[in-house]
Amino acid sequence: MEHYTMNLTLKVWRQKNSETVGHFETFEVKDISSEMSFLEMFDVLNEQLISEGKDPIAFDHDCREGICGACSMYVDGRAHGPWEKNTVCQLHMRAYHDGDTIVVEPWRSAAFPVIKDLMVDRRAFDRIIEAGGFVSVNTGNAPDANSIPVSKVAADEAFDAAACIGCGACVAACPNGSAALFIGAKVSQLAFLPQGDAERASRVKNMVDQAAKEGFGNCGNIYNCEAECPKGISVGNIAKMKREYMRASVSSGPAGIRSES
Amino acid sequence: MGFTGLFLIAFLIVHAGLNATIFMNDDGETFNKTSHFMSHNWIMRFLELGLFIGFIIHIVQGMILTRMNRAARPVKYSKTRYISKIKWYSRYMGILGILILLYLIMHLAHFWVETKSELYFGAEEVNQYERMREVFTQPLWFVLYMVGLAALLYHLLHGFQSAFQSLGMNDKTWTPLVKKLGVAYSVIIVLLFALMPIAFMVGWL
Repeated sequence: MEHYTMNLTLKVWRQKNSETVGHFETFEVKDISSEMSFLEMFDVLNEQLISEGKDPIAFDHDCREGICGACSMYVDGRAHGPWEKNTVCQLHMRAYHDGDTIVVEPWRSAAFPVIKDLMVDRRAFDRIIEAGGFVSVNTGNAPDANSIPVSKVAADEAFDAAACIGCGACVAACPNGSAALFIGAKVSQLAFLPQGDAERASRVKNMVDQAAKEGFGNCGNIYNCEAECPKGISVGNIAKMKREYMRASVSSGPAGIRSES
Repeated sequence: MGFTGLFLIAFLIVHAGLNATIFMNDDGETFNKTSHFMSHNWIMRFLELGLFIGFIIHIVQGMILTRMNRAARPVKYSKTRYISKIKWYSRYMGILGILILLYLIMHLAHFWVETKSELYFGAEEVNQYERMREVFTQPLWFVLYMVGLAALLYHLLHGFQSAFQSLGMNDKTWTPLVKKLGVAYSVIIVLLFALMPIAFMVGWL
C-alpha cells in the first residue's frame, strides 16, 4: 500500500473529570503518515499540545497490539473506529484521507464514568468478574494432562468466549448501554467446561445481579455489540448466559457462595 | 418481553385465522358467526381477559426497560453509525410499539367497543362484517390501518427472533431457521391482515 501523508481535523471530547460537563474541542493535525496507528496520531497531537503549553488529551492504551483491551475510543459514531473486529490501537491512518474530519468520543455509559477526556472508569467490569467468585480446583500434585475429558466442541466454544478482552466496546456500541455480551462471554467461558461446575449456579446469578447494580442497560437483541466487538464474541453467549441464569433460578441445593459487596 | 411477545404472536395467528373467514365469499355469514362466538362465549371472554393482561405486561415491561436503558446512557453520543447488518427496526422497537398501541386504540374503538356496549348496555348487535366495510372503505381509516400494519410488520420482524434469543434459545442449527420462520410469519400475518381493508376498499367483498 502506497504511503501518503494527510492533514486532518479532529473533534475530540474534553472533560476535566466525572463531576464536570464535557465539550468538544477542534484540533488540526498536519503531515500524519498513513502508516501511523490512530493512537500514534493522538501522540503527535499531544506532543503538539504539550509544546504549546496546553493540556494533552487523556486516553487509555497499553499493549497497542490489539490484545489488552485498554484502548477505548468511539470514533465517528463507532466503537474502536471503522474497521471490523479491530481495536482502535490497531486502526491505521490509511483508513483516512487528507482533509477528513474525525469525531472522537469516550465510551458513554452511566456505569463507565469519564475519568478525563477519552478515559473512562471501567472498574464496573472488574466488580462483575469479582462477583463471579472463584473456581474450585484440586490442589496437591500436578494432575495428569487431560484427566478431565472436555469435548472439542465445548473447548472451542469456551475458548471463543474467553477471547473477550473486556474493553467495553459492547457497552459503548449498545444503543441500550447493556453489558450483556461481556457478562455472556465471562459466564460462558466457564459454563461450557466441567471445571468450575461446583460454582456454576452462584456464578451466573452473582455476576448478573452485580451488572444490574452497576447501572448497565438491558439487552434488546439489537446485536450491535457483536458487530463492534474487536474479538467477534458471538451473541450466542448472551443466550447461553440466559440459559445458565434460568437454570440457576430453578435449581435447588445450596444458594452458593455470595461475594461481599 | 420474550414470554409475552410469544404469547401475543400466538394470539395474532388466531386473530388472523378467524378474520380470514371474511374471504369465504358468503357475505360474511361465517365471519359474523365466528365474531358472535368470540364476543359472547364466556370461555372466550375469559381468555380475552388473559389477552389484555398479556398486552399490559408487554407494554409496561417495555416502558420500564426503556426508562432503564435511557438512564444507562445519560450523555448521548454526538454521532452514531451502524453497519448495514444492524436493522433499524431493532433499535426502534419502542417507537414501533407506541405506533402499534395507538393503532390498537383505534382498532378497539372501531370493532371492540360496540360488542361490549351491546353485551352490557343492551345495544343492538352489530353486523361486524358490514361494520368492517363501513370502516375500511373510508380513506382515512384505510390509510391509518395500513400505517399501523407497517409498524406491526417491523415490530414482528425483530420481535419473533428476539423472543427466542431472550429465552436463551440460540443455536447454530436452529437459529437460522427461527430467523427465516420469523420473517415468513411476520410477512404472512401482516399480508393477511392488510388484505382485509384492501379487499373492502377495492370492492372484492
